[in-house]
Amino acid sequence: MGRTAFDKIWTMHEVARLPDGTSLLHVDRHLLHELTGLEALKQLEKRDLPVHSPGLSFATVDHVISTRPARDEASLGARPGDAPWSSDMVEGMRAKSREHAIQLFDTADGRQGIVHVVFPELGLSLPGALIVCSDSHTCTHGAIGAVAWGIGSSEAVHVLATQTIRQRRPKTMRVTVDGQLGDDVSAKDLVLYLIGRIGASAGTGYAVEFGGRTIRALDMDSRMTVCNMAIELGAKIGFIAPDDVTFDYLRGRPYAPTGAQFDAAVSHWMKLTSDDDATFDREYQIDATAVRPQITWGTSPEQVIATDERIPDPREEADPKRRQAMEAALKYMDLQPGSAVAETRIDRVFIGSCTNSRLSDLQAAAKAVRGRKVASHVRAWIVPGSLTVKRAAEEAGLDAIFLAAGFDWRTPGCSMCVAVNGDTVAPGERCVSTSNRNFVGRQGPGARTHLASPAVAAASAIAGHIADPQMLAQAGAPL
Amino acid sequence: MKAFTDCEGPAAPLLRDNIDTDVIVRIERVAQCKRGEFGPWAFEILRYRPDGSEDPDFILNQTPFRDARVLLAGSNFGCGSSREMAVWALDDFGIRCVIAESFGDIFLGNCLQNCVLPIVLERKLIDRIAAVAVTGARVRVDLRTQSIEAVGLASVAFDMAPSIRDAFLVGLDEIALTLRSGAEIERFQRDDRQLRPWIYRL
Repeated sequence: MGRTAFDKIWTMHEVARLPDGTSLLHVDRHLLHELTGLEALKQLEKRDLPVHSPGLSFATVDHVISTRPARDEASLGARPGDAPWSSDMVEGMRAKSREHAIQLFDTADGRQGIVHVVFPELGLSLPGALIVCSDSHTCTHGAIGAVAWGIGSSEAVHVLATQTIRQRRPKTMRVTVDGQLGDDVSAKDLVLYLIGRIGASAGTGYAVEFGGRTIRALDMDSRMTVCNMAIELGAKIGFIAPDDVTFDYLRGRPYAPTGAQFDAAVSHWMKLTSDDDATFDREYQIDATAVRPQITWGTSPEQVIATDERIPDPREEADPKRRQAMEAALKYMDLQPGSAVAETRIDRVFIGSCTNSRLSDLQAAAKAVRGRKVASHVRAWIVPGSLTVKRAAEEAGLDAIFLAAGFDWRTPGCSMCVAVNGDTVAPGERCVSTSNRNFVGRQGPGARTHLASPAVAAASAIAGHIADPQMLAQAGAPL
Repeated sequence: MKAFTDCEGPAAPLLRDNIDTDVIVRIERVAQCKRGEFGPWAFEILRYRPDGSEDPDFILNQTPFRDARVLLAGSNFGCGSSREMAVWALDDFGIRCVIAESFGDIFLGNCLQNCVLPIVLERKLIDRIAAVAVTGARVRVDLRTQSIEAVGLASVAFDMAPSIRDAFLVGLDEIALTLRSGAEIERFQRDDRQLRPWIYRL
């Protein structure tokens, strides 16, 4: 019987299969960040245990670090203006990484950034690798053909101590996407549409493989956007089989194998696809031609519609549980059923996060912004995903486009997605955000979040209300 | 990990779906509180009004549910962020067991690390328990007999993987257990280094 790619990679990492069917799996890459990594290292020390394989752990600082434009990248000292506890956390992570010989990619070496942006771009996330990190968006690395998922703090201590993790094998799901995506329709629109169609808990208990011609045609940045939101589908693992797009992306990256070893690796990686006769526990088919630019209206990623649609009416929902959830969401979001979502006036725009802060995301946003101005009542931010992305964007002149339009051009970090470093949306304010969660209070207490693609977020910043680039062009927004 | 054999007390019905870990514990607390300090901040968004006062309409602000030991929830409970502090917040509040239709995968793993018992039941059984619990009846969850009982409730049986059950009953220390497999881990890495040298070349 045929095997899934997931099954092949899982089995390859089994150090032992325990009597109850749980596997003890080898961890190839353990990624750490300051919000939970520091505490995990302290817990390890409390148990008087060493880091088992420091060469397989890597760190950066992203969650609580300041993203102020004037952040001093060269200095490793405390940063004036940041909360003392956050500076302590960043400094603590630096000190503990040194102490335990864990390589940390930092501001001063020019490689700091969001953990799920930095490790793929350095070539540290590789096909067939098993990657864990105490962050739920670790599923992002599945775009490279890795099996990757988010873990808790206790599991992180286990990984540090043993370089393994105990895990029950999840069921498998395949989402096959065929058909061509329209102009101005991005990977973000595709994954939001998918979540809207099958629900925010459809993937619970599954490892999800994304396949089909549409997925094959996506570049790596877009694939990362899709896999990033597997967790918003309920699945802690998202995966795309490695192919030539993956290998071309990896070739020449600083930590990717080189020369003959790269070729040997590619022949190994090419086998990490699902066999034609492999069976999945669950399958979904999606028609990409039906996808239009998306925007969430509620407080779960599944509460999503196209930008030209109307806010749904709970009275038309037959299921009482869903109706109740819709009513609560509309109340929190202060929206009226039946009104056009595009009429919704906004206060903030955030373009960033591990979902959409890579170079191609910023290019898509810049395309919608070029020569236009941010609406006078909107505060709009661009937070590049890493210092590497920031430099590349500046070399391409994107910063100038954003600054001329009235955007803030900030420094890398999780920023307004996790909203723990002071980058928040004020109570009652409405934000169009390229991040991944529109949960109640996610961007700050009382903050209202609409998830969208970089193009929609950028167009909304210009329009001052929810809009996609096509609406902006039709409205004849001044160039 | 501490052990779990049984727990008894009020069971608070919070029967909505998709309660995410951001709702269970806010990020500011994740960043600034230590284990043992999260109790007052469990469900902060739902428990307190913007001025900081308690919202009397929220179940955990009502007697006897202030002392809830069991939480009854809908589907996909604990979805979203991997923050283990969501489980710590429940534990610090006093909740030892969550009964839901389904759980977020990462949250479920975190429950197992902290001996907060996650029980999956069909909605109609949860509704039946909730109908009794809402009166303030004490609900008793016994892992040894895998049963849920309360006065006025026909005993409800629940499934639990034997390995999880055993781990809870003894308060298994997974790290100590895995460290015993040290030689197997070394052997795996030695062999794997030949097969996939690019993983280890660093």
